[in-house]
Amino acid sequence: MSGKRILLSMLGGVGTVYAADFTFQPPVTPVARQIYDLHSLLLLITVTIFIVVFGVMFYAILRHRKSLGHRARPFHENTTVEIIWTVIPFLILVGMAWPATRAVLAQKSTRAEDMTIKITGFQWKWRYDYLDDGVGFVSHLATPTEALHSASAKGTHYLLEVDEPLVVPTGKKVRLLLTANDVIHSWWVPSLGVKQDAIPGFVRDAWFLVDKPGVYRGQCAELCGKDHGFMPIVVDARTPEDYALWLAARKKLAAASADDPNKVWALADLKARGEKVFQQNCVACHQANGKGIPGAFPALDGSPIATKDKPAHIDIVLNGSKRNPAMAAWGKQLSDTDIAAVITYERNAWGNHTGDVVQPKDIKAARGGKA
Amino acid sequence: MAISTTAGHAPHEHGKPTGLWRWLAATNHKDIGSMYLWFSFTMFLSGGVMALCIRAELFQPGLQFFQPELFNQLTTLHGLVMVFGAIMPAFTGLANWLLPLMIGAPDMAFARMNNWSFWLLPPAALLLLISFFVPGGAAAAGWTLYAPLATQMGMGMDLTIFAIHILGVSSIMGSINIIVTILNLRAPGMTMMKMPMFAWASLITAYLIIAVMPVLAGVVTMVLTDRHFGTHFFNAAGGGDPVMYQHIFWFFGHPEVYIMALPAFGIVSHIIPTFSRKPLFGYTSMVYATSSIAVLSFMVWAHHMFTTGMPATAQLFFMYATMLIAVPTGVKVFNWIGTMWQGAMSFETPMLFAVGFVCLFTVGGLSGVTLSVAAVDIQLQDTYYVVAHFHYVLVAGALFSLFAAIYYWFPKMTGKMYSEPLGKFHFWWSMIWFNVTFFPMHFLGLAGMPRRIPDYALQFTDFNRIASIGAFCFGLGQLIFLYNMLRSIRHGQAAPHKPWEGAETLEWQIPTPAPYHSFVEAPHVEAGDNGVIHSMTGGAHH
Repeated sequence: MSGKRILLSMLGGVGTVYAADFTFQPPVTPVARQIYDLHSLLLLITVTIFIVVFGVMFYAILRHRKSLGHRARPFHENTTVEIIWTVIPFLILVGMAWPATRAVLAQKSTRAEDMTIKITGFQWKWRYDYLDDGVGFVSHLATPTEALHSASAKGTHYLLEVDEPLVVPTGKKVRLLLTANDVIHSWWVPSLGVKQDAIPGFVRDAWFLVDKPGVYRGQCAELCGKDHGFMPIVVDARTPEDYALWLAARKKLAAASADDPNKVWALADLKARGEKVFQQNCVACHQANGKGIPGAFPALDGSPIATKDKPAHIDIVLNGSKRNPAMAAWGKQLSDTDIAAVITYERNAWGNHTGDVVQPKDIKAARGGKA
Repeated sequence: MAISTTAGHAPHEHGKPTGLWRWLAATNHKDIGSMYLWFSFTMFLSGGVMALCIRAELFQPGLQFFQPELFNQLTTLHGLVMVFGAIMPAFTGLANWLLPLMIGAPDMAFARMNNWSFWLLPPAALLLLISFFVPGGAAAAGWTLYAPLATQMGMGMDLTIFAIHILGVSSIMGSINIIVTILNLRAPGMTMMKMPMFAWASLITAYLIIAVMPVLAGVVTMVLTDRHFGTHFFNAAGGGDPVMYQHIFWFFGHPEVYIMALPAFGIVSHIIPTFSRKPLFGYTSMVYATSSIAVLSFMVWAHHMFTTGMPATAQLFFMYATMLIAVPTGVKVFNWIGTMWQGAMSFETPMLFAVGFVCLFTVGGLSGVTLSVAAVDIQLQDTYYVVAHFHYVLVAGALFSLFAAIYYWFPKMTGKMYSEPLGKFHFWWSMIWFNVTFFPMHFLGLAGMPRRIPDYALQFTDFNRIASIGAFCFGLGQLIFLYNMLRSIRHGQAAPHKPWEGAETLEWQIPTPAPYHSFVEAPHVEAGDNGVIHSMTGGAHH
């Protein structure tokens, strides 16, 4: 943005800032519309109060000045006035509480749903499970890391794009069950009027009913660690017909890509699969070059666990680290094949040339006692 | 009583100690007050530098200066340093300096404990600041240190927890001193319901601190034992509950908001009557409004937690209770305006900052009413709207009132006048750039930008740029204040005995600058509302 444009927008010039920026994103659910209207009402009330109260004050500031020769009148109480300015704000608040209460009750009425989706927050991605249909997948940030560091090449939906959006039907009441795997996250899509914390170990619920097909974007709203700013949410609302088509296709895809847990893999195939798993899950802390972030996240390149002690390597990936709680227990999140692949990748990437292959059945065996 | 008499020395022979020892072994309330004020200004500058680092990173989309983990450390430490290092000690410092003068006491009640309350602060601040350089860096869980994220951090979190313990001990001791001084050392004639508003505000604030700082110490200790000693207070897998952390934290956290606001109300209730040349309107209702805000502040904590998924009845209770706070707060604003009405006002720097305070604090109050409505809060919680809201309350509220106080009492403290043109420039500069920085944040929050993110989607770019420019100008402007203070202490014109025509409280009845040992004998006063002195007899100084 040029200096002139900055100046323009500072002066409230319409050239750079468009109207939508000054208020909520367009609401597409009954609850979001209720919030929008309630906020407009509150804005009207508060701005009116401000103008009236400070109108009086600025009148006094302009007229009751010593420099104009105004003489102070030393009154210092008036019971009637004091009662009036206690009662009037109280009545205004009662007036506001009425629509506010109705909106709270509407947000909380999660009954009579048409379908249920379980949402799990992870550091730093979302998992969606369609409980009625047995479909589930993980949704990651799709913006490439390079775009964060270069001034150019930022797409329209920079940081608000995912590899696989949450697809929902319009006109259906969707109930959400939210939980988290590690720390507290918060699932927020402004246009839907839903923001609900996802709390590890507990299940909370929320709901929405989208009435207009479209793509609605949001992001995690509760600080959840390093990549809190990089776990967006995309909801793709489709007509019930389109949704049914998507669901059928998604089920077929899931069946086709299901892994045979007893398959024996070659090193190259496993390493290629492992690199993808690493990019989606491990890269945020251990970094693409395997060097980690000194002091916070250990290096894998040349580390004793990733080059020598294979059982320890399987254990730490499967069950997490006892010393460093930032290392999650991936056994709960990834399949045996994915874990075998990523361990194989880590033992053969960068300067690690162990030639070790870890097969899915090794993981199954390691899970054995603990599953 | 607080002026100790050592064997063979009558109190009046006790001179002004010199050198470093004067400060290390300080028991004089004015010396300790000054140290508090300089300490808090230093912390204000350090926290300010962190804020500017944050605004530099947010000037444009993409990661330019800081990696996300360092960015989170900066936002966390900015909050902790400003709350516990800058604002709270500044008010304690002012209370130290002014309370004995306002109520006719020789010193604070526990002069040696006073020394200890101050000298705990620098090591605690040091712990916070060096935590940037330990492995893993400083705490990065936000100033609220929410579990279970706080259990994931490196040793920076342990340093932070320890620093909070020390700061808590310091503020509890400071509060005990304030309470005992006010309750026991008032001069004959200075009854409770005649006491100036700053004394009332400090008294109520001190009770709040004693009530809630132990709660904070407890909850961070629970995090500490979860981290190192195998407890599961906040870990569901061990039978704990992460949300319990938030309940305990905000039971401290909401009264904390008023700990930072009530003394500001007190200060403004001195300055507006002085420059309106009129008594404070509704003194008695001011005292009751302050007390009821303090009581209500214990009943609203869960309005910080509307998105955790509380049952509807709890949402409604905390929404109604929060809305109710607007009533006593409104009474205070109306009383200030009632004081100005039909006055003979003049606008020296303290008055400018006080009026600026009333306007901007009210903006923060009105956005607070909007946030109190639980249904709307769902959209705004953890967004830049909240960031805007609490900076209106804390920067334009607490900080502006502190500037007003320093300009107002500077002549009494130093015997010199500050530069009025520089003071006015400082006010207008701060007023303009404060609003340029924080007003656009309301729009960012409404449009959907979460707080505590190091990088943002492209539609948030324009307002972030404006906010960053505003922040840098605002920050630079504070150097004008520093320059004005340093220059005026050395080269300022000698202050007249009573620099403000309308100032009528007890501290203006004594010589300027205030003698090192003031009121070694208690004066007899005949006082009106808000500590206005009608007549004073006795009261010797050295």
